[in-house]
Amino acid sequence: MLDLIVKENKQLNNQYFLLILGSPDELPEMYPGQFVEVRVDNSPETFLRRPISINFVDYKRNELWLLIQIIGEGTRKLSTCKQGDLLNLLLPLGNSYTIPTNEDSKLLLVGGGVGIAPLLYLGSKLKEKGIICDFLLGGRSKYNLLQLEEFSNFGNVFTTTEDGTYGEKGFVTNHSILTNKKYDLIYSCGPTPMMKAVAAYAKSKNTECEVSLENTMACGFGACLCCVTDSVDGHVCVCTEGPVFNTSKLKW
Amino acid sequence: MVDLKVKLGQVELKNPVMTASGTFGYGTEYQDFIDLSRIGGIVVKGTTLRSRQGNAYPRMAETPLGMLNAVGLQNKGVDYFVNNIYPTIKDFETAIFVNVSGSTIDDYIITAEMLNDLDRIPGIELNISCPNVKEGGMAFGTSCLSASQVVREVRKVYKKEIMVKLSPNVTDIAEIALAVEAEGADSISLINTILGMAINAEKRIPVLSTITGGLSGPAVKPVALRMVWQVANAVKVPVIGMGGIMNATDAIEFLLAGASAIQIGTANFIDPTVSIKVLEGIEDYLKRHNFSSVNDIIGALEV
Repeated sequence: MLDLIVKENKQLNNQYFLLILGSPDELPEMYPGQFVEVRVDNSPETFLRRPISINFVDYKRNELWLLIQIIGEGTRKLSTCKQGDLLNLLLPLGNSYTIPTNEDSKLLLVGGGVGIAPLLYLGSKLKEKGIICDFLLGGRSKYNLLQLEEFSNFGNVFTTTEDGTYGEKGFVTNHSILTNKKYDLIYSCGPTPMMKAVAAYAKSKNTECEVSLENTMACGFGACLCCVTDSVDGHVCVCTEGPVFNTSKLKW
Repeated sequence: MVDLKVKLGQVELKNPVMTASGTFGYGTEYQDFIDLSRIGGIVVKGTTLRSRQGNAYPRMAETPLGMLNAVGLQNKGVDYFVNNIYPTIKDFETAIFVNVSGSTIDDYIITAEMLNDLDRIPGIELNISCPNVKEGGMAFGTSCLSASQVVREVRKVYKKEIMVKLSPNVTDIAEIALAVEAEGADSISLINTILGMAINAEKRIPVLSTITGGLSGPAVKPVALRMVWQVANAVKVPVIGMGGIMNATDAIEFLLAGASAIQIGTANFIDPTVSIKVLEGIEDYLKRHNFSSVNDIIGALEV
């Protein structure tokens, strides 16, 4: 459990914001795919912590980035954080995406909406390993495509929008790159229907696929057993067995 | 130096702060956050005769100052507990109680029997109050007849402390408490969760897969306090109070109402170190009011 200081709260547009949190102490090692549980406040409506995925960690500046979409009361309150505010976090929680050992691995990272969040940190870690990945990022509209510049620092960026305002028109699974290239591993994070479509594509190509789930949870560390998903091993906690799952383990 | 020791029937706790079943896993989940040897006792996850998958997702709904859960006693069964979990937790320097639940009286009997021989388990918490299972659970705890029957049969086979956990979903809780005391309960813990419900208005569907679930958190505290006070006034055996304890003041209120010990539940999810804070807060309170022992405030409510 750590108290981190809000260094910056960047409003990306009226739906999304980026919290840059700092610490006087060295941040613990965090892996791509892991998440934090943020204490919002003590008000009746935001009683439990909010699980938020790790968007990026800048160890040089000792910064943790959280990319957040305003969905309900908890995220709305977090969006009003000011520079200098303290936030109490449990971190890091959960497992992480698999980092291949082979530098020649052809990797595709598919994100939708705010689900792109953990893929930025994953892309940066892959680049550290000498792997330049492809990012395929989708949104309803241009407005829902975030951090494109940051993504382009770590890999090749391909985009789709449902209304055609940016990139190819359609869903991520309609993108031409999927017909032109063959991958060794596909990672995904985003709305469940999108991840299921990505998983189906991966299966059709005999490609391994890892997805990140975001079931509602109370604790985030395996005590409450509320966030379970149905897997080949029965009900397992998304917070400790996941949030990242190889789709072969899920009953999708 | 204040004396924090309390006696629960056959068992002495080093202090009155326990953690509630279903909110503290097997203790191991909290080892990174706190020194488990500092707390008075742990009640581990509800254990049944056979492995249970629990209810389908979604199992949780956040509600004002609380949460509903419908986990449904997911656990790997008592065999697994005895062979795989017990060896990993038996050396914790705190009193470990196993919460026992069942669909039939035989389930309770066999499960309790299997736990009898575990040296480092001084007692069981007999759960006759789980609202999230189709068979057994709360059904046993909502009538004097069935509550008495479970306790009577388990008492025949289980030699150590039997703490009976009561359901608040009854008309007269003192009546049930008296019934289980008469059958040999060593202590009584309450309250389990209050049956509740949450609805997603936009989608016109229930939030939980089971439609109803158990409410916990500060929202239930006034009900819990009232019931602990009623039961403590009715029975002679020690009472363990719980329901929405978030801090030391809440815990002290339960002690004043007559609880000899308290259990912290939902608060563990929000602050995994809360049990230590509650313990330190109780100690501060006793010093501030010049009490030499925590026993001086148990049932000390002036009415």
